[in-house]
Amino acid sequence: MSPDIQLEHSASLANKVFIQRDYSEGTTCKFQTKFPSELESRIERTLFEDTVKTLNNYYAEAEKIGGQSYLEGCLACATAYLIFLCMETRYEKVLKKIAKYIQEQNEKIYAPRGLLITDPIERGMRVVSFECAWLCVYACKSISMGEKDGGRREEVSKQE
Amino acid sequence: MSAVMITRKVRKWEKLPGKNTFCCDGRVMMARQKGVFYLTLFLIIGTCSLFFAFECPYLAVNLSPAIPVFAALLFLFVMAMLLRTSFSDPGVLPRALPEEATFIEMEIEAANGNVPAGQRPPPRIRNVQINNQIVKLKYCYTCKIFRPPRASHCSICDNCVDRFDHHCPWVGNCVGKRNYRYFYLFTLSLSLLTIYIFTFDIVHVVMRSVDSGFLNTLKETPGTVLEVLVCFFTLWSVVGLTGFHTYLISLNQTTNEDIKGSWSGKNRVQNPYSHKNIIKNCCEVLCGPAYPSVLDRRGLMQEDSPASETSPPSSSSMNSVPQTTKTTAPLIPNEHTPDDVKPSIADSAEKTPSPKEEESPAPKLPPLASPETDAETSIIKDKAH
Repeated sequence: MSPDIQLEHSASLANKVFIQRDYSEGTTCKFQTKFPSELESRIERTLFEDTVKTLNNYYAEAEKIGGQSYLEGCLACATAYLIFLCMETRYEKVLKKIAKYIQEQNEKIYAPRGLLITDPIERGMRVVSFECAWLCVYACKSISMGEKDGGRREEVSKQE
Repeated sequence: MSAVMITRKVRKWEKLPGKNTFCCDGRVMMARQKGVFYLTLFLIIGTCSLFFAFECPYLAVNLSPAIPVFAALLFLFVMAMLLRTSFSDPGVLPRALPEEATFIEMEIEAANGNVPAGQRPPPRIRNVQINNQIVKLKYCYTCKIFRPPRASHCSICDNCVDRFDHHCPWVGNCVGKRNYRYFYLFTLSLSLLTIYIFTFDIVHVVMRSVDSGFLNTLKETPGTVLEVLVCFFTLWSVVGLTGFHTYLISLNQTTNEDIKGSWSGKNRVQNPYSHKNIIKNCCEVLCGPAYPSVLDRRGLMQEDSPASETSPPSSSSMNSVPQTTKTTAPLIPNEHTPDDVKPSIADSAEKTPSPKEEESPAPKLPPLASPETDAETSIIKDKAH
């Protein structure tokens, strides 16, 4: 059983790709747009880059320091930040947009190619993970036979 | 593997590693040692109560009723900032899930190549270029991640915190990205409050002494003496701290970076995060966006129920994958194991399933204090199906 689990584990690992953060412009949330070699056969480069660039734009919008963020900050300070109990922050609004966008992308583009994107907020905003959905289903069969692996099953059902 | 039914919904905060304590069903997050925080509360509330009891009636009548009103507003603001700093998530970075940890391990192995037996493996560092400055990202053995820039691991709370400033025992929490502005406003408003109370204590004593004499005044309002003492000693430390943090904010530096001398200028190292403009730096730190918490504390652990509801103000409301932040990688060293115990991927992959199989029954409900902190011995909780 042990070598099978090991093979299973490394096979499943090979099908999870983590896109890391791009810190070249500081600590603002931005992900690397470099196309990983593991996804070469699974998805077109342009689609991948579009997705990551759109995500980066969303995060840039959320973290933009400008008139609106000053206004929000000053208003919140004046009310001793109690206003955040009733009002949603701009960042939270953008996060909801991001979640919707990722779901849309999964449904339209990635699921037909057997892939699945996980929202970065579930990984502490450290990575965007792309995983192979079909192998997840296969992995789940061995889960029911005793192998437990973190989060795979939920991500498959989430894709559905 | 049959699922074991549990009768109680388990929220994710109950399974979070790290040495935090949670209250109000995950809404409040603090460090374990809270004694000094209670002292802070006692000093502030005690001194202000004495002020309202002894000074305010006299001053409201003889000077202006605006004085106690303004004092009350300032006091409420101080308390709000203190509680906000103490109870919120400072910006804790969740630990890497097993797949991510192994992925990073594989990358490190690939980067290091084959290290001959007996030789120390090179330190786990990633270099990134930020605004034309090379910044080294260190690997955290406890959290199994490469720390983002400006993040640091707090040993008291046993968490990596983003934009880690320092761990403040007075507020009973770490000060990091998410609560730094509240901490700064707390110190600023507390300085103002201390100066305000001190000033009006003196004014009150002087005014009363004119009528009744100095010694009689002290006898009539004994609280004044206590207040003046507390304010006098508090003033120096709090005003000093506020000044120090104002300096840090204007340079866009953290206390941690200042202490380590990261951007002190030797070797031509400059702060890559500073906008080189005091106003811009202040605006970024104080008026920047309110970052969300990436720790989904109030989400439900998906053990039996497929639905997961989240209703908190601070965590995201997405239907999220349960956080299995506990990792089994017994051979990946943490800060306490010697460097020459080098992990191998095969070993960790092989060892990973067996501890999981041992932990099959439903997890015992932990006490309200945080779960076990030793990531090496903790086991992945299964989402059995």
